[in-house]
Amino acid sequence: MPNTLKPSERLKIPRQNPLEQDPEVRRRNFEEVSLGFNEDLVLQEALRCIDCKEPLCIEGCPVRIDIPAFIKLVVDKDYLGAAQKIKEKDYLPAITGRVCPQESQCEAVCPIGKKHLPVAIGKIERFVADYERLHNMFNGSVVEQKRKERVAIVGSGPSGLTCAAELAKLGYNVTIFEALHAAGGVLRYGIPEFRLPKSILDAEIENVKKLGVELVPNFIIGRTATVDELMDELGFEAVFLGTGAGTPTFLNIPGENFPGVYSASEFLTRVNFMKGYRFPEYDTPVKLGRRVAVVGGGDTAMDAVRTAMRLGPDKAYLIYRRSKEEMPARDEEVHHAEQEGIEFHVLTNPVRIIAGENKWVKAIECVKMELGEPDADGRRRPIPISNSNFIMDVDTVIIAVGQRPNPILQATTPGLNMSKRGTVVVDGNGQTSREGVFAGGDLSRGGATVILAMEDGQRSAAAIHDYLKVKGQKAKAKEQSIPI
Amino acid sequence: MFEILNKEVLARGITKFLIKAPFVARKHKAGNFVIIRVNDHGERIPLTIVDSDAKNGTITIIAQTIGKTTKLLSMQNAGGFLLDVAGPLGNPTPIHNYGTVVCIGGGVGTAEVYPIAKALKNAGNKLITIVGARSKDLVILENELREISDEFFVTTDDGSYGMKGLVTNALDQYLKKDPSVKSVYAIGPIIMMKAVSDFTKPIGIKTYVSLNPIMMDGTGMCGACRVTIGSETKFACVDGPEFEGHLVDFDELMTRNRSYMDLEKLSLENFEKEISEHECKAVAKEAANA
Repeated sequence: MPNTLKPSERLKIPRQNPLEQDPEVRRRNFEEVSLGFNEDLVLQEALRCIDCKEPLCIEGCPVRIDIPAFIKLVVDKDYLGAAQKIKEKDYLPAITGRVCPQESQCEAVCPIGKKHLPVAIGKIERFVADYERLHNMFNGSVVEQKRKERVAIVGSGPSGLTCAAELAKLGYNVTIFEALHAAGGVLRYGIPEFRLPKSILDAEIENVKKLGVELVPNFIIGRTATVDELMDELGFEAVFLGTGAGTPTFLNIPGENFPGVYSASEFLTRVNFMKGYRFPEYDTPVKLGRRVAVVGGGDTAMDAVRTAMRLGPDKAYLIYRRSKEEMPARDEEVHHAEQEGIEFHVLTNPVRIIAGENKWVKAIECVKMELGEPDADGRRRPIPISNSNFIMDVDTVIIAVGQRPNPILQATTPGLNMSKRGTVVVDGNGQTSREGVFAGGDLSRGGATVILAMEDGQRSAAAIHDYLKVKGQKAKAKEQSIPI
Repeated sequence: MFEILNKEVLARGITKFLIKAPFVARKHKAGNFVIIRVNDHGERIPLTIVDSDAKNGTITIIAQTIGKTTKLLSMQNAGGFLLDVAGPLGNPTPIHNYGTVVCIGGGVGTAEVYPIAKALKNAGNKLITIVGARSKDLVILENELREISDEFFVTTDDGSYGMKGLVTNALDQYLKKDPSVKSVYAIGPIIMMKAVSDFTKPIGIKTYVSLNPIMMDGTGMCGACRVTIGSETKFACVDGPEFEGHLVDFDELMTRNRSYMDLEKLSLENFEKEISEHECKAVAKEAANA
């Protein structure tokens, strides 16, 4: 049924609220927080789209999904058609529908948002992707033509999976090398079950594999084989590096190595990746005290503190050196954290971690901060207030103040230019300083979002396609120029 | 999946496995380790690669039964599989011709010092080996080490074999005889590596130790393995696992390694209960069948 409502009538429909688990209940379980839209809600919400002539939402989407087109298909109840439409640009819609910061991308530029609330594009995307999966109706993209060239993808996070899917659709032989024992990268070790259930991640990865992509776990590029070996000995003609930024940064304050202090990477990997929240059913332990402090203000800090809360402590604190307005975390995550009873201590910065006689953490000393002039990135710089030190009793500290790329690739890939921050230097196409080697995601950006990593994967896939076409033509020309 | 080609019990609680892992074997150098996971509910644990055969695509690992994971590992048999083997990880040992070197292995650390001793010997060093164990029946790789060593000593805590005493006693004795020793490699329990480092520091002999902190990914991602070297925090998995013994904060390492002791104990107890229940059922079934 086409959307026959007049624009004025569409604007009268209020933005639909997704179903959510009650905060009092969900703060102690690992089930998904947002339950998304049901069919009634999604049909109401889809009617709100005014199908702009020049849709800004597509511009606002890093991977340029044809948003009005898929929403129109939803209005027609052609959910599978809608899923296909999304997958032309985004092969992981059940993931992006959950973790994308739509409020600062597609939904931020939706014209309806000027006077009303924007169309809930993310939640519609999620419904469509879930519908396809739950009805077992996934229908893989058609592979255009089989090609003989082999491409290696290093890392199976969002950039690698996207690059692999796009290249497989173009007919290349694609192999993903994953260092850990299971694929997904930050989607698996970082993002908690209650934001992105592993079963959904597994299904999305399976869909990529159905395109013919081979996935090799336990294979660490730089150790098990180097980038040069991939190209010179193992027969890969191009390489995409998407190894992310997984190495934790610490505060460099006294006491950070006491037992009871975790990096957010370690804490989340224990709980998420190794399923430590189900110890002793799973063998990896995670040890948490009664009062947990998480230091940081980004999405990782929110994930860590909300994960900590679910493990049952009396108190879970978030310590951040600027004010709430400067937090880099998504608004939705901050809001959810507050609903779940996380105590925010903003304008507060740790200076020392204190251990008890048993050497285990027993307190954290902090200093109060105030905001000064804006610094290079435009956020106001936090300045310590003298003589404002105070002590908080905590028995677990989780440091979530940023990650940088893993040093192994840099150390083992000669000629790969890196920035001072340890990120791989790339041009607008993801091309690195090494011929045939491309990179993207957090490895080149430093610490960004899932969707920006996917944008990089998509762009590098196109660049690799161009590169291999030219390379193939050159080889052919050379062959033909051989005198008889 | 990584096939177990052979299994051998070297001593009570110490088991050697030959594993098919061609890519790891191809790149292995002395000092490297692998991260293994036995099954789907399992932990990731680091184990030193004791030996490798690139041609046949195999690696050798040796593990001592301490907790649930190593117990579970010890119960695996030839023909079976390990779910995950990832590596080779860590920096290889820098191998030079120093002249005379002493390699010290304590307990299961003897297995870890073996590939290094072999590489040092092949580089032209005069190799002195000291193996320490609690008692005679826990001495491992004696023949292998004897074969490559110019001089070989055993110490046991109870005096049931070799010299009664600690590895530092044997080292002291040797150094009195031959002061030309340039480097010492010590791998074993933290307390032993600390004792060796404390012993060699005042006499100025460079000492290398291989640290065994708690690890998870082994690729520099989690920081569980952070150790203090001099005044700096290092990740043993990517910056080590070998460090200069005189710079290591061994006390911190010991404290950190005890972080999960209570949970590790619980895990092992549950597992042992599970095993005995399973065995009871098997016996009962057999009895019923009879």
